[in-house]
Amino acid sequence: MISLGQDEIAKYPFLAEAGQYLKDKGFTLEQFATDPDLKIIVDKAYERIESAAEGKIYNPKADNSSEKDTVLPLNVFSFLIAIVLLKLSGLNTLINRFSLAEARRAEKFLERDLVSNSNKTSEEFAIKIFRDVFSVTIKKAGDYFVIPISDYLQHAVNFHELEWKLVNRHVENGMVFLSTHESARLIRKELGGYISSRIRAANTPSMSKGFEDKVNKLSELAKKFVVNTIVSTEYPPCIKHAIEELNSGENLPHFGRFMLATFLLGRGQTIEEIVPLFKNAPDWNEKVTRYQIKQISGETGSNTKYSCPSCDKIESHDMCFATPDCDNIINPMQFGKKRL
Amino acid sequence: MLENDLKFLEETFKQYYFDHFDFIHIPDRSLEREYGYKKFNSGMVRHISLKTDKDLHLMLMTNVPSDVFCSNAYYTFPNLPMAEKDWKEADLIFDIDAKDLNLSCRKDHTCVKCLSCGEVSLLHDTCPKCKSNKLDLLSLTCDNCISGVKKEVLNLIKILTNDLQIDDKNVRTSFSGNEGFHLYVANSSYNQLGSKERGDLIDYIMFRRVMPERFGFKKENPSRHTFPELDEAGWRGRVAKELFGSKSKRSKAITKIISDGKLAYQQILEGIGKNSIGIKIDPNVTVDIHRIFRLEGSLNSKSGLAKLACENIEKFNPYTETCLIDDSSVEVSANFPIEFRLKNTKFGPYTNEKVSVPKYAAAYMLCKGIASLA
Repeated sequence: MISLGQDEIAKYPFLAEAGQYLKDKGFTLEQFATDPDLKIIVDKAYERIESAAEGKIYNPKADNSSEKDTVLPLNVFSFLIAIVLLKLSGLNTLINRFSLAEARRAEKFLERDLVSNSNKTSEEFAIKIFRDVFSVTIKKAGDYFVIPISDYLQHAVNFHELEWKLVNRHVENGMVFLSTHESARLIRKELGGYISSRIRAANTPSMSKGFEDKVNKLSELAKKFVVNTIVSTEYPPCIKHAIEELNSGENLPHFGRFMLATFLLGRGQTIEEIVPLFKNAPDWNEKVTRYQIKQISGETGSNTKYSCPSCDKIESHDMCFATPDCDNIINPMQFGKKRL
Repeated sequence: MLENDLKFLEETFKQYYFDHFDFIHIPDRSLEREYGYKKFNSGMVRHISLKTDKDLHLMLMTNVPSDVFCSNAYYTFPNLPMAEKDWKEADLIFDIDAKDLNLSCRKDHTCVKCLSCGEVSLLHDTCPKCKSNKLDLLSLTCDNCISGVKKEVLNLIKILTNDLQIDDKNVRTSFSGNEGFHLYVANSSYNQLGSKERGDLIDYIMFRRVMPERFGFKKENPSRHTFPELDEAGWRGRVAKELFGSKSKRSKAITKIISDGKLAYQQILEGIGKNSIGIKIDPNVTVDIHRIFRLEGSLNSKSGLAKLACENIEKFNPYTETCLIDDSSVEVSANFPIEFRLKNTKFGPYTNEKVSVPKYAAAYMLCKGIASLA
């Protein structure tokens, strides 16, 4: 664990050992549930979750206090109590939204710290977070940060935008060059993942009277985020193309066959319904086809049920025939899915 | 394949292995690797673990495989089913095959074999004998294709050693045994990458999915100075060399690019990626982190030639140096409309004729399915 100063713990509260922090400051959880003077922190914690749920980044400057010594611990407490409330509510949607918003908040600080020329400690601390928490070695090189290609790739694959592809990056001698903003952005998803994994790993305290009201309000809040979707029966263009190729007796490559089978299995078709689609293939063999689809479905073999490859992967096999109807989906399974 | 042909190939391959044990060894960290093999007319046997050269040689002698493979991945339990192997890491592998270069010579050394009646004929959409459209393409030896692939290999090595900073001592190049080359990169900093990350690396090497902005065409008010210079590192430098040729032509070329617009520039970039500067590796091979890859020193059942490492690729002549089956005379009945060359000797075309040929040529024809034992 990284050792943290007062400033750092306020910026990156998820790095703190929650129980230890409260203890060091001379508080118990029980006090927050009962002491009327501390109710303001519980309120703040709720607000923090609420703004996260709405996709906003919690901005503690909104409260008018300018006293560093009170504001900083207040921010840490509100974070820790927010986690207690989330654990008590057990609502995964809220935990996910909270983690993402906190990640974006921390990302802003990281970005600022990476270029804080006046403050070498902040810069070193930010670089240390990259290294110790996310195993990314970044180094400053002029106006840029450089990171080894293999480290870069492990994070960049989380992005679907073309600009993150290695081919669209400045690459030299095994290193990728990134701006400060891009360096911080690169680990946003992992920051979110890290925060949510820490929340999930934390113990759930027993319910106290003082928290009940807020936890009930969270359940109400979560209801807003239940999404109902409808899926049209239309096939995406890549799947249509694969079916046409097969029907016309063309030799659809292995990947195309895999894509088609996984897609149709994913849409709930049975092996018996899928097998005949392949009968015009030049190398048609019913036994082999049935065997392979069974393997893909997980019915035989290692029992792994394969899922439909991503649009990215399909494109790299030259089998993407995207139309406007695809609407920026990242997997053919999402085609035609609409929120109600 | 006919019973007699099958027996002949098995005996020939067994003899090759018996005579060439010194060519075929287990690679480093053998106990962490998965081995597999295929037999003629039969499926793949995999999830095998081997400890020593002797184990490998015993496997060759007892099973007489048509093809032998070894994983580029390292596992804790290589002989368990895939889900239980416990993947640790995988060396980077590349396959460059002549068929992916689409050279114009291709049609001159390719014929088709009808899957219905077995007739071998010149390139047609349907079989001239029975009109079936279920045809297999058969490509025979071609020096032009080999030099094309060699060029790709050298360009790939440049990207690996310059852009990706891989030590060239760790890059091993071998002839695949048919019409391509394999590159094997051991112990690089890329070994931990999963298949998604390797997919991104593949797009880099193949120069695919590029954005015009990265290559100089800014979204608004495109300006001349953001376009690449010839001496830049990586893809920007290569793009500049390809599109501008020389420093003096750069300015004029950029004027045209800007006036033609961003979409046209994107198409130009995609075009040069596909047809010239992108390296034509087989993406399916590099992306696969559980693959079993042809073992060096083993024979390729598509040709009867051996997969062998080449120290100096430019001088390497695969059609003589990997043709290691002996040259005792064998009588075959052959029927194919184009010629091929092995060990500087020309064979074919033959029209349903009985001919006596050296054993290596007989094995080549039987592997290609264009002749049978007489």
